[in-house]
Amino acid sequence: MTGPRRYSVMAMQTVTTAVAGLGMREFTGGSGDPLVMLHHSFGNPGWMPIHEALAANYTVHALDLPGYGGTEGSERPDWARHPRDLALLVGQWLRAKDLGPVELVGCGFGGWVAAELATMSPELLKRLVLVGAAGLLPENGRIYDQFLVSHSNYVEAAFSSPEAFEAIYPRNGDESEEHPLGDDTLVVWDMNREMTTRVGWKPYMYNRRLRPLLGGVTVPALVVWGDNDAVVPMECAHAYVEALPDARLEIVPDCGHVVDLEAPESLAAIITGGNS
Amino acid sequence: MFLSYFTEQPMSAYPADEGLKEGFTSVMFSNKYYDPVEGSRLFNERIEEYKLADQVGFDGIMVNEHHNAPFCMQARITVMSSILAAITENAKIVQLGNPLPTYDSPLMFAEEIAMIDMISKGRLVSGIVRGAGQESVCLNANPAYNRERFNEAHDLLVKTMTDDGPFSWEGEHFQYRVVNPWARVLQKPHPRIWVPGVFSAETIRWAAQHRYPYISLNTPLHLTGELWEIYDQAARAVGYEPGPENRGYLLRVHVQKDGDKARENAREFMWMQGEFTGIGHPYWVSPSGYGSSARRLDYAKMANAEVRGSRAAPFEQQLAAREIVAGTPDEVIAELRVVLETCRPSILMLWGNDGDVNHDDSLRCIELMGTEVLPALRDIGDELGLHDPFELDSPISLALTPPDELNPIESAADERPEDTSDSRSLKMFR
Repeated sequence: MTGPRRYSVMAMQTVTTAVAGLGMREFTGGSGDPLVMLHHSFGNPGWMPIHEALAANYTVHALDLPGYGGTEGSERPDWARHPRDLALLVGQWLRAKDLGPVELVGCGFGGWVAAELATMSPELLKRLVLVGAAGLLPENGRIYDQFLVSHSNYVEAAFSSPEAFEAIYPRNGDESEEHPLGDDTLVVWDMNREMTTRVGWKPYMYNRRLRPLLGGVTVPALVVWGDNDAVVPMECAHAYVEALPDARLEIVPDCGHVVDLEAPESLAAIITGGNS
Repeated sequence: MFLSYFTEQPMSAYPADEGLKEGFTSVMFSNKYYDPVEGSRLFNERIEEYKLADQVGFDGIMVNEHHNAPFCMQARITVMSSILAAITENAKIVQLGNPLPTYDSPLMFAEEIAMIDMISKGRLVSGIVRGAGQESVCLNANPAYNRERFNEAHDLLVKTMTDDGPFSWEGEHFQYRVVNPWARVLQKPHPRIWVPGVFSAETIRWAAQHRYPYISLNTPLHLTGELWEIYDQAARAVGYEPGPENRGYLLRVHVQKDGDKARENAREFMWMQGEFTGIGHPYWVSPSGYGSSARRLDYAKMANAEVRGSRAAPFEQQLAAREIVAGTPDEVIAELRVVLETCRPSILMLWGNDGDVNHDDSLRCIELMGTEVLPALRDIGDELGLHDPFELDSPISLALTPPDELNPIESAADERPEDTSDSRSLKMFR
């Protein structure tokens, strides 16, 4: 196994649920109220410290969005052509499992999907947590375009430093090797990027039809942003807070776009604290 | 033989040192380095050269289209085709090819080619391509749906050319409540469709299954046997026996009276192979979802290694392998005889000038091709039985082949994985 560093605990399980002819896969563990996490566009690297930290207070469901996490062919919803289609599938998955209302935590691209779901089915949510969420068009800045750079350069840009990136994606092997990242990581990144292309090629990482609907999100919302987010500009955090009826903003210092991967303890404390 | 002239029409008058510094010269290489005064000069020189190619007896003039890169100035193939329709008399206008998936309106494209076919008095050959991945990036057409869009646009194009309107089109990617263009192709049932490519097994097979000639774009000569084997198997599987009329070959050929001068000028063919220009990044050339999933790991490694694509073989080596042919007319004819004997195409595209070859030398090359090389090639073609689709009046597609002439051999289907050789495309065209 040469992929990213994975963390495992005895209590973690992999569960697959049939939805719309697909097998939707999750890592699940912990105990307490249900909390669903939706991953970044480059996928969920595994059962990570953020999941482990949240599992102390919640039953965590780290869901692979359909088409992500190393699936292709018949496991991929070929008809899904917009993140809203993925949001609909997540909604069906929540109903199939009779999970709701849940704490729905969406990171980056997964935050966009979570926001879409919150506008269409707020009754499935107890709270919406957006972490560096895409989905809104920045007025001044620009969402960093992964399609113009390599997979590794994009993921690295999502961290505040190369060291933080390498803590999750270790460059195992000799530095002189051409491909220090493992084959598994590269292949899954590429599958995930293909799925992101299928649903999010253009317009890139935003939906003009999302913002006008955010007023209908009747549950509380928490917006969390790394203060060094180089992928989704901070102005999008403020835009979400402004558009959502009941939202507050938490900024994580010295952190990049991937707060969940880079500052898992801080994020877990923010989420858990807000719930207590 | 069908003998066609081609040039990539490079925007050669740009600061190459800036490109070398940047490390790439496509997609994101700033157009602040584009000098429209030089662009105007180069366009008009090429137009004079096309006129001469028509006058000296070429059967066709091949044009192509690329975006955001100095290696090709033609951002819209139908624009140059329209000009050729008006300024040439005899040569067919061979579009190789129209990057169908990058167009948001195949219907508008159908209108354009109908106009070109009429203005040229039926001289259009309308080739179609998926377009390299970077064309999808530049025109922002989703690369993951490139093949879907290609197939659908092709079906819509053929229907628009052959069926009377109005009809509606409700596809996955294109929808029209009324398809009824008041511009119709002159050639009936429709202009010939040819399919160019370097070496993509999937595309070769697709062309064969539609009975469209495949025009191999400077594929190394020793690989063409394998290429035609893929084509031939797919052709037999759908029921026809392929021959030279299904085969085209594009080759870089430069002729001057002085062989040494020809070889010196021919070094300019290296211009677009990373010697004078940079190379694009793999994630532009083949964005995720554009290529075959069978090659995913190889692709992801290349995309993330941040290494340049394989460098082109040295000039002398390419000369020796007849990937570039240059010399006096007699020297070139002798070399091309070997090419024709090996590859057996009935359609030959002579890529005559590239890079910084100047206007006068380009004109002399075209003149010598017309007066000395083309007649000799026609004799060799006759001797080798290389008869082109126009000579044979061969069916223009499988759909237009009478069913009783087809004898499908299902066991002939090729079981090899798709696109096993795609890395060669990446190598050759960045």
